[in-house]
Amino acid sequence: MRVVLAEDLFLLRQGLIQLLEAYDFEVVAAVDNGRDLSAALAEHRPDIAIVDVRLPPTFTTEGLQAALQARRDIPGLPILVLSQNVEQMYARELLADGTGGIGYLLKDSIFDNDQFIDAISRVAAGGTAMDPAVVAQLMVSHARDEPLGALTARERHVLELMAEGCSNMAIAQRLTISEGAAAKHISNIFAKLMLPQDSDSNRRVLAVLAYLNA
Amino acid sequence: MRTTGTLTDALGAWRARARRAGADMAVGAAIAAGSMAALSLFLVTAYFVILFVIGIGAVALPIVTKGVRWLCNLNRRAAGRVGVPVAVPYHPEPPEFEKDIVGWMRRCKWILMDPATWRDLLWLLLNTAAGMIGLVPAAVLYYALEGLAVGAGLWQPILDANGSGRWYCFITVDSWPSALLALAAAGGLLFAWLWVSRPALKAHAYFTRFLLGPAERTVLASRVRHLAETRSTALDTQAAELRRIERDLHDGAQARLVGLGFTLGAVERNMDRKPEEARRLLREARESSVLALRELRDLVRGIHPPVLAERGLADAVRALGIDSPLEVVVEADVPGALPAPVESAVYFSVSELLTNALKHSGADRVEIALRHEGDVLHARVADDGRGGADLGGGTGLHGIRRRLATFDGTLDISSPVGGPTVTKMEIPCALSSPKTSSS
Repeated sequence: MRVVLAEDLFLLRQGLIQLLEAYDFEVVAAVDNGRDLSAALAEHRPDIAIVDVRLPPTFTTEGLQAALQARRDIPGLPILVLSQNVEQMYARELLADGTGGIGYLLKDSIFDNDQFIDAISRVAAGGTAMDPAVVAQLMVSHARDEPLGALTARERHVLELMAEGCSNMAIAQRLTISEGAAAKHISNIFAKLMLPQDSDSNRRVLAVLAYLNA
Repeated sequence: MRTTGTLTDALGAWRARARRAGADMAVGAAIAAGSMAALSLFLVTAYFVILFVIGIGAVALPIVTKGVRWLCNLNRRAAGRVGVPVAVPYHPEPPEFEKDIVGWMRRCKWILMDPATWRDLLWLLLNTAAGMIGLVPAAVLYYALEGLAVGAGLWQPILDANGSGRWYCFITVDSWPSALLALAAAGGLLFAWLWVSRPALKAHAYFTRFLLGPAERTVLASRVRHLAETRSTALDTQAAELRRIERDLHDGAQARLVGLGFTLGAVERNMDRKPEEARRLLREARESSVLALRELRDLVRGIHPPVLAERGLADAVRALGIDSPLEVVVEADVPGALPAPVESAVYFSVSELLTNALKHSGADRVEIALRHEGDVLHARVADDGRGGADLGGGTGLHGIRRRLATFDGTLDISSPVGGPTVTKMEIPCALSSPKTSSS
């Protein structure tokens, strides 16, 4: 799988390249600023772009802006955004175009290699990967909303995992339950939140997030 | 129809003008009356000041001064009414005087050491003459009315009694043609009356400001006092903040990193002998590093929130709203970049107010408005909760006030029991370069 990487800190960039190559990804370009990122994306058309939110020269949200622009230029380009901090505002901006292939993770998550690689694959395949911190915050801000209150504790947990981007199988593994049980929880949640049933996992997550963002 | 409208408008404008002239005339007359009082007050005060110098008079001085200041403040207000604001220049009264002779003497000293006291006295003396300008509108009106009366026919009985005409405004009124001329002159004067009051009052207001306004030295002194106070507050706050950061680092991330070193040491030792144990320790080490990172992140967020650095105040406040369980509506009109310290102060103040609204007010909805206008940043936070917030009560609101005071900013809170709570903050500050992107 071909990857374009944008990260301004040298150590982190080298570490990421090593990690990705250890898992048989091909890093076709590794850049350290937003302008080079746009150029690299246009040139290589990678399978996924891994982008740091904060990039030179402004050290504001240059990476995020470059990523959003790239999505407009190359529709459906999978992008995984990494950040030292997660802001719901940025998560919403990334999800705003309503197509999949978006991930937004804390840099810490790199430490858990398997989960990180899993997130990359999910995003590259058109799914989503939201950091648990974003999802937890989303749940807090909507805790007072009526339909969410109707969920049981287990169902809330399942909803959180769905929002992070987990598949039925992944949810079953994380909660150590059978896949059938997970599917049952999910259809209960859909019923309680009055969301239309849908087998496509990516659209499922986006529907959940769209509901939470409302 | 349109003509009628214009006519009504014009009539309304004239009526308003006449009403204003009438009110100004009354104020002018009051000023003139006050100038009479000014003379007696001057004499009395001067008398007691002299008596004070030779030993007695201390008893009456503070009481007389009260009257002087009252009269002067009235004139200051009258000046403000015609658009010449005059600040009150007196040294602030000490919080408390002893109830005995020492206290009374300190009170006299407080009065006599204030340059404003002496400027008041000079004003009293000069105002005896200058105050008479306040009578000008009344005099003009009287003269105009007299002309109207004479011209309307009063000249006839006067003529009969004296055998000669009566002078009115350069006109000897002894026949109907001359009476008509006098009427015209009186009409002109009546017309002029509408315009004469304001300038007369203004002239007096400038005179008042000249003597009763704060002297430059006083303005500077009070400014220095204010700056010294806010500087020491700012330093205290900053020192406390540094202590907090140091403590958080020492007890948090630093301790975790030390622990991490220990764990890795153990891993090194167990690597070959007990690989299972080593693996467990490594997992622990990773978790510990994640925790250390989280603590560092929270610390950074407390010092300077990344979203504020990345997006500026408006979006940072929006982000606060998104994170809050309350329904938060943010309206922002800040067409440029604010100074970073101001931005940070307002951000943390709004954050504190949102927390208050969530914790104490029982509100469902909070409206936040940010507006930069005339080199002042206005921030308004309003919730629909049960109110009853008290500036004296919590340390939070007091903290916000002190935070803003460093920038000459003010906090104004209205929170009647039963709600709603509306907090207004104002911080003077200039905008730098207009923001290039806000998307």
